Amino acid sequence: MPVIEVSHLHKRYGETVAVHDVSFDVATGEIFGVLGPNGAGKTTTVECVAGLRVPDGGEVSVLGLDPRRDATRLRQLVGVQLQESRLPDRLRVAEALDLYASFYRDPADPAQLIDELGLGEKRNTPYDKLSGGQKQRLSIALALVGNPRIAILDELTTGLDPQARRDTWNLIERVRDRGVTIVLVTHFMEEAERLCDRLAVIDKGRVVALDSPARLVSAVVPEQRIRFRPSTPLDDQLLTGLPQVTSVTRSGAQVVVTGTGDVLHAVTSVLARNQIIAADLRLEQATLDDAFVELTGHRLTD
Amino acid sequence: MHAFRQILKSEARLYLRDTSTLVLTIGLPTLILVVLGLIPTLRQPSPDLDGQSFVTYFTPSLLVVTLAMVGVNVLPTVLANYRERGILRRLATTPASPLALLLAQLVLALVGILASALLLAVVARLAFGVPLPQHPLGFAAALVLGTAALLALGLLVAAVAPTAKSAQALAVPVFMAVMFFGGVYLPRFLLPDFLAEIGAYTPPGVQALLDAWTGSAPHPLHLAIMVVVAVAAGALATKLFRWQ
Repeated sequence: MPVIEVSHLHKRYGETVAVHDVSFDVATGEIFGVLGPNGAGKTTTVECVAGLRVPDGGEVSVLGLDPRRDATRLRQLVGVQLQESRLPDRLRVAEALDLYASFYRDPADPAQLIDELGLGEKRNTPYDKLSGGQKQRLSIALALVGNPRIAILDELTTGLDPQARRDTWNLIERVRDRGVTIVLVTHFMEEAERLCDRLAVIDKGRVVALDSPARLVSAVVPEQRIRFRPSTPLDDQLLTGLPQVTSVTRSGAQVVVTGTGDVLHAVTSVLARNQIIAADLRLEQATLDDAFVELTGHRLTD
Repeated sequence: MHAFRQILKSEARLYLRDTSTLVLTIGLPTLILVVLGLIPTLRQPSPDLDGQSFVTYFTPSLLVVTLAMVGVNVLPTVLANYRERGILRRLATTPASPLALLLAQLVLALVGILASALLLAVVARLAFGVPLPQHPLGFAAALVLGTAALLALGLLVAAVAPTAKSAQALAVPVFMAVMFFGGVYLPRFLLPDFLAEIGAYTPPGVQALLDAWTGSAPHPLHLAIMVVVAVAAGALATKLFRWQ
């Protein structure tokens, strides 16, 4: 049962078309990623979903409601964390959460949320004294303080160090475990691969792929590559006969096998049967990055 | 309404926390008054000023300092800063409206101006024997309408300035004009007649404040001009204001 339905969304600013034609559904309880390079139309798309912008064409439905017509009801149900949104310097953590909690009919407990987000010790710290990661967590907390059914998070981890980024990812998973549907806008492949159940890859205002990260990669770039050093000399014929294998080449002492499907399992079974040990075994799979290049003809981040 | 009260409470707390701005906006006119009042000759009645002392003559102009600071300087800077930080936009995603934040800022500006006027009048009366405004009703009208005109100008600056920095830059000429024509830089009796006359019609309408302070009813035309400025600038600001 989809909680968000977007069909043939179109939005332009003057002469510039930001979103050509975007369609996707988001199911209850999933983490749905909107992935694409800067300027692809990701933010405009979610701003239309959040009711901040009026589409020039197409349909958007959120929890069965119209984001513009039913804005008052939806604001109680949808939490939004916008890109590059800051707070007044002197506003303290607990004050910010108490203030935003007061806007909602059925808010979360601000004190509990502060603890859950690891901001307990920063309760009385003014905004300008927080680190980048703490500001980001506070921003997420503000999007969650209304106990929303859907949380829209735009460029969640931009500007965070790797540790803060991983902490934030864990947090998002915990939020999802509480039953909140999450729409995540990102241009980080790693983030999309790690977090998202499904992804809409957007490029130049259009959806170029829509699937789970793993299926997206295997559909677009099915080839896998296995490298290993055999413990005893190996007859290539043993491997080339396998239906999953497409080629076997040598690189010094290394054997390089390429193939599709469960090629790793097929190769290791043969090696085991022949009592050959594969030293330094390595499986190289395409990443979402490679898939993106295949889909669009250019890299995601440059 | 509930959200507005909470926002007003929060903004008031932030306002009180910003001590330097608070002192500068509310306390500065009184501070200047005290410095001038310590000079004995300025406390003597002067034939040039219809027998008033300079301190008495200059007190209404000091009120212009606060009006200009709060109206065309602090208000637009704060609002442009809130827009620049995406605070207005964030509020638009919640059940509270960014309009509530704007209204809260207007209320605080008004309260700050009234507090400053009260402080100035009381200190002037107690320390230097400057009589309290002699035409209280006229003075209240001149103060409220002059304030409304300046706040509307401040909103207009906030409406067209994309960032806090540009709001400050835009506010400077307006601020200077208000201060100059309000007789703050040069006492108005030193200004050529036509400049002093212009000051009667530019916000916040120092002539009306002066008249009411010394006991005559403010000229209706002076007050009417403030209403026109307030409505025109306010309407234009409403039309041009961008929330993001």
